[in-house]
Amino acid sequence: MNYVIIGNSVCGIATVEGIRKLDKKGKITLIGNEKYKAYSRPLISYLIEGKTDLNKINYRSDEFYEENKVHTVFGKKVVKIDNDEKKVVLDNGKEIFFDKLMVATGSKPFIPPIAGYETVKNKTSFMTIDDAKYLMEHIDISKNVLIMGAGLIGLKCAECLLGKVKFISVVDLADRVLPSILKKEEAKSVQDVLEEKGVKFYLENSVASFEKNVAFLKDEQVLPFDILVTAVGVRPNVELVKEIGGVVNRGIVINDKCETSLKDIYAGGDCAETFDISFGDKRVLAILPNAYLEGETAGENMAGGNKTFDNAIPMNSIGFFGFHIISAGTYDGEKIAIEEDGNKRIFYVKDDLLKGYMLIGKVDKAGIYTSLIRNKTKLSTIDFNAIIKEPSLICFDKKRRDEILTN
Amino acid sequence: MKRVYVNEKWCLGCHLCEYNCAYANVGGINMYLSLKDKKISPNVRIEEKDNITYAVACRHCSDPICLKSCIAGAISQEDGVIKINKDKCVGCHTCILVCPYGVLHLTDNGVMQKCELCTNNGSKTPACVKGCPNNAIVFMEK
Repeated sequence: MNYVIIGNSVCGIATVEGIRKLDKKGKITLIGNEKYKAYSRPLISYLIEGKTDLNKINYRSDEFYEENKVHTVFGKKVVKIDNDEKKVVLDNGKEIFFDKLMVATGSKPFIPPIAGYETVKNKTSFMTIDDAKYLMEHIDISKNVLIMGAGLIGLKCAECLLGKVKFISVVDLADRVLPSILKKEEAKSVQDVLEEKGVKFYLENSVASFEKNVAFLKDEQVLPFDILVTAVGVRPNVELVKEIGGVVNRGIVINDKCETSLKDIYAGGDCAETFDISFGDKRVLAILPNAYLEGETAGENMAGGNKTFDNAIPMNSIGFFGFHIISAGTYDGEKIAIEEDGNKRIFYVKDDLLKGYMLIGKVDKAGIYTSLIRNKTKLSTIDFNAIIKEPSLICFDKKRRDEILTN
Repeated sequence: MKRVYVNEKWCLGCHLCEYNCAYANVGGINMYLSLKDKKISPNVRIEEKDNITYAVACRHCSDPICLKSCIAGAISQEDGVIKINKDKCVGCHTCILVCPYGVLHLTDNGVMQKCELCTNNGSKTPACVKGCPNNAIVFMEK
């Protein structure tokens, strides 16, 4: 069997690991458009902070590709899939043939159309190791940084730059920080943490235009800056599949075996759409665990297995200066809020199921809540009143506990 | 592989497993000097309510969601044992977000710790098992 994987990040690596569980011999070619070994993209803020380095940031060991007999093609982009001829074409014209193809092309930063954007000097996105290197080369304590986007990426960027630059401003259209994972009330406590450290927020606002390194905001405030970071969201890289007639909505449409609508072509991770069981519909779940689980599922199925991945949910863990926020699922249903010593726990319950939750501050054992959503545990079968106060296996009945502890 | 199994019927709730675990992982001349007046951070922890007590530690899942979710690639599986590379861990808490049993804990250094079946501290039998006075925690192949 001849496998080709487009994408050398978490989903691509998981595809290798999935294939190798069942097929130790088949030929695997892995194509990555960056020149590096697979590294952990969410760690680029930790790289700037100094909590990891250019060696430790690698996602797998130095021997990974060799041990798994993976032929690597790095620094090359796939420009075309030809599913009739069963080949992919690289940007240097080279063709690589496949029997089974994995599309793990990820996503790209969205750059909003703003007048004068092209006149801005010193600008970057915040997604790749090259973006982090660019920032490390350009920042110093005299620089003012403007970040567009108060989401997960924008705020992790702000956190890692604090203390390394003169001033950080964050602009977002939303009325709160982390709008994809937090409601307004909870978002305020996160905003407070960052404001206390000196980050200045311009919310419900946006950049109307740039004139070189000056941003003119919608509300007519004027912000001069030295470096611009654009972190307003990402768009799935769907083009390769779309061009050859594969079904694509916002992301590439896949089933629970990670098959696309095209024979022998699989997809997963940030470029694909996943059925979110807490939401009840397909959506792009651009989170790392999802990328791994889909890559692994695709890999096993490409190698003749019969694996399904059918319990995806959104879930996130993010922290700023030791202040942690964990969230999962969909905020739909009856809201139950508990506040204790400044720690907040918010649960959303519907149809005897936990649909979603947020923990702000104390996040110990959060995975017990996540498992209730992923396993669709009927809340009437557990001591739900106890578990929302303190996550613990004691809230399950003895039979379930024995399954966990004695099996 | 050999795993730690817990039988809550025999658990006395004495918390000795927690102390033996903490001692095995901090080391020292004796338990008294190593742990006296210190806040211990064991990898096995007793959960209790009313008359029920039992110990919980990593189940070393054959389908480890923590490993698959780790954003740093810091979690690996060696001979079935789920291990955490503390040099690579950045303390992002994603493992806490996904572990269905709540068995990963934050160390004072801001990285995660978990039970590695005492493979990381030189004990042949996990310290919690060795020290359990009522065989409520056992180490065996099933």
